[in-house]
Formats: sequence, structure tokens, C-alpha cells
Amino acid sequence: MRLLRAGRWITVLGFVLLAGVYLRALAFTPVERSQGLAQKIFYLHVPAAIWAETAMVLVGLASVFYLFLKDPRLDRFAEASAEVGTVFAAIVLTTGPIWGKPIWGTWWSWDARLTFTLFLFLLYAGYLLLRGAVADPGARRRYAAVLGICGMCLVPFIHFSVYLFRTLHPMPIVLKPSAPSLPGSMLATWLFSLSVFTLLYVAFVMQRYALGLLREPAAGSEGLHA
Amino acid sequence: MPDTLRHAWVIARKDLLVEFRSRTAILSVAVFTVLVLLVFNFGRDPTAVAAVDLAPSILWVTFTFAAMLTLNRAFQLELENQALDGLLLAPIGPRSLYLGKLLANLMFVAVVEAVGLPLFALFFNVSVLPVLPPLAGVIALATIGFVAVGTLFSAMTTRTRFAELLLPVLLLPFMIPPLIWAVLATAALLAGRPLSEAGGWLRLLGAYDIVFVTLAFFLFPATVDE
Repeated sequence: MRLLRAGRWITVLGFVLLAGVYLRALAFTPVERSQGLAQKIFYLHVPAAIWAETAMVLVGLASVFYLFLKDPRLDRFAEASAEVGTVFAAIVLTTGPIWGKPIWGTWWSWDARLTFTLFLFLLYAGYLLLRGAVADPGARRRYAAVLGICGMCLVPFIHFSVYLFRTLHPMPIVLKPSAPSLPGSMLATWLFSLSVFTLLYVAFVMQRYALGLLREPAAGSEGLHA
Repeated sequence: MPDTLRHAWVIARKDLLVEFRSRTAILSVAVFTVLVLLVFNFGRDPTAVAAVDLAPSILWVTFTFAAMLTLNRAFQLELENQALDGLLLAPIGPRSLYLGKLLANLMFVAVVEAVGLPLFALFFNVSVLPVLPPLAGVIALATIGFVAVGTLFSAMTTRTRFAELLLPVLLLPFMIPPLIWAVLATAALLAGRPLSEAGGWLRLLGAYDIVFVTLAFFLFPATVDE
């Protein structure tokens, strides 16, 4: 399958570039004054968080269009995006505590942002569980679409929680109404990392989409009927 | 629209009548509510933590569990003898069906909450009476939001494998944000602080209600059409 092979190659490229991100972050980007080396995890944590949330929004958008167009490709994309989103949410939830231990002195705090990221992860888990629990493919697609749309509408409530609660989590410093408040070299590294994560998201989704296609017994004929 | 509402009322009346004649579900849930409140009593150290600090969480966790039990019932009821197919064949829109189920569920949960609240006040020695009107408002706002989502999800989960397990797994990530706001608003009320202090949480609860009631209303047909 061409899609699967292309996805694999882009993944390999993404991992090579990810090594480049590490290299640039550790050797060519200044150390932050108050947080020291722990701040370096920001270059992984924030892009992963952005993609964990964006993936849910994309699941929701694909679901909206699926309910109107009934095109199984949209559903397959939603499934792929949800699985990849789960992985990115897991990255956020593991890199966060690694940073939290030296800076906050605790692995986990019941901070609004952490708690809601955990919900996002559980939302993905629920979505994937629902997909597994419905035997009939038609019903599975419709149910998954309904849950995906609800999940997308929950994301803003999750995202803006950081502005509403008193929280220990650092406030956004790049994606915020005013200009980014960090030195140019850090911003460059961060943008590099964001583009690598974008590449990895695309690559993972391509592979997962191709696998979803292979898993369906009569995928070819079904595509024609839809 | 008037027809939709009229049909919805017919459905709700049917559900409530079935329940009123048998009274099994409502009695089980009421007993369950009492038991959960009792369990909480053994889970706290009254000398270490003041009741008023713990009270909002106890109240809302109890309501969460009780609501979860009642939500499964709405569509489980229609599985027997394929009653759901009958309802769908009846000359009423699926949205009336949703609104009817939502109304019946809301009344059901309201009864459970009306039983739970005085017992909660009695067991944990919390003076609820002085703040009863605003507290009832907070409870109503939060209940509408999660019952709306729960009714939508239960329509899907009852027709999957392990329905009883899947509904809480899907619903809790959606339930916890309004729950957190309700707990915070309840805490402000029970501590004798003015309602204006909880204004932010109430606005969020309102926003959540509007978003998810509308969403569930429009998404429901996708969960039943074949």
C-alpha cells in the first residue's frame, strides 16, 4: 500500500528531525534562568499538547462531515486521528510530571490544566472503547461521530480552564493574544519542534488510516457504494 | 415545534407512568443514594476535616452515582420486546423522543436529588435551609447539563456490549467539568458566601447547558436512524 509506505517514510523523517529538535534544544538554545534544564521539556510538551487538542478537534470536524456526507473515509480519518491524539495526550501526561517534579516538587498536582488534560486522555479512551464495543459498522460510525462531536465541544471548556482557575501551570507564552514572550532562539526551536510534531501527526495518521483500510474486509467495494 | 414538545411530553408521561406503576427503579436508586451517603460517613475523619469542607464533594459524588444509575434505565426500558423500534415507527420525530426521555430523566434525577439533599443535610449536619433557593438553582443547572449528555449517550450505549460499564466511562469525562463548577458554587453557598462570588461557575454551568442540550438535541437522530 502506497499510503502505508509513505506514512512510514514520513515517520522515519519525523524521528530524525525529532533528534534534531533535541540537539537544537540542548546545544543551541539558551538555558532558561529560573527553571534551568527542566525547561527544555517545553519543546516537547507544548507541541504535543497542541496536537493532542487539535487531534480531538479534527476528530470532531470529521465527525460533523461524516454525519452529513456518510463517507467512510471521514470516519476512518476520525478513528486514526483519535488514536494518534491518544498517543500525544499520553506524551503530554508523561512529560508534564517529569517537568513538575523538579519545578513544583511533586509529580502530580490536581491543577486545573493537568486534570483537564487527563480528561482529554480519558475522552479519547472512551471514544476508542465505544468503537470497540459496537459490532455493526454502520452504527459504530454514527455513534463514534456523535461522541466525537461532543468531544470537540468539550475541548474549549478544557482549554480555557487555565484562564478560569487559579493554577500552578505556567500560562501560555506562545499561543496567546499578545506577542510571544520568549527569546527568538527559543521561539525558533519551539517552532521547529511544532513543525516536527505536525509532521509526526500527519505520518501517524496516514499509517493508521491505511491500517484501518486494510482491516475492513471489503474496503474497496464499500468505498464505491458510499 | 409545538408538536415536538407535545410528543415529547407524551413520551415523558409514558416513562413516568411506567415508573410510577412499578416504582422499582426509583426505590432502588433512593436506597442506593442513602447507602452512598452512609459509605461517605465512614470514609472521613470528623475530627480532622470539618463537615462543611467535605460536604460539597459528598453531595455531588452521591448525585453523580445516582444519576448514572438512572440514566441507563431510560433506553434499557425500550430494549424489551424491541419497544424502541415501535417508538421510532410511531409518527413522532426522533427529537421528540429525545426531549421526552430527557424530561423523564430530569424528573427522575430531581426526585432522587430531592431525597438525597435532606438526608445529606441530616447526616452531615449541614444547614441547607438558609441557602435552599440558590442551592436548588445550582443543582438544577448542573443536572440539566449532564443529564442531557447522559441521555444522548445512554441511547448509544444500551445497544452495545457491556452497556452498564460503557456509559460511566463515556459520561464521566463530560460530567466532571460541570461537577467541578457545581462543587465550587455549592462550597461558596454552604460557607455562607454570597452567590455573586460563584457567578463565574454559574455562567460556565449555563454555557455548558446551552451547548450540550442543543448539541444532544441535534445529534440524537444520528443515534437511532438505521
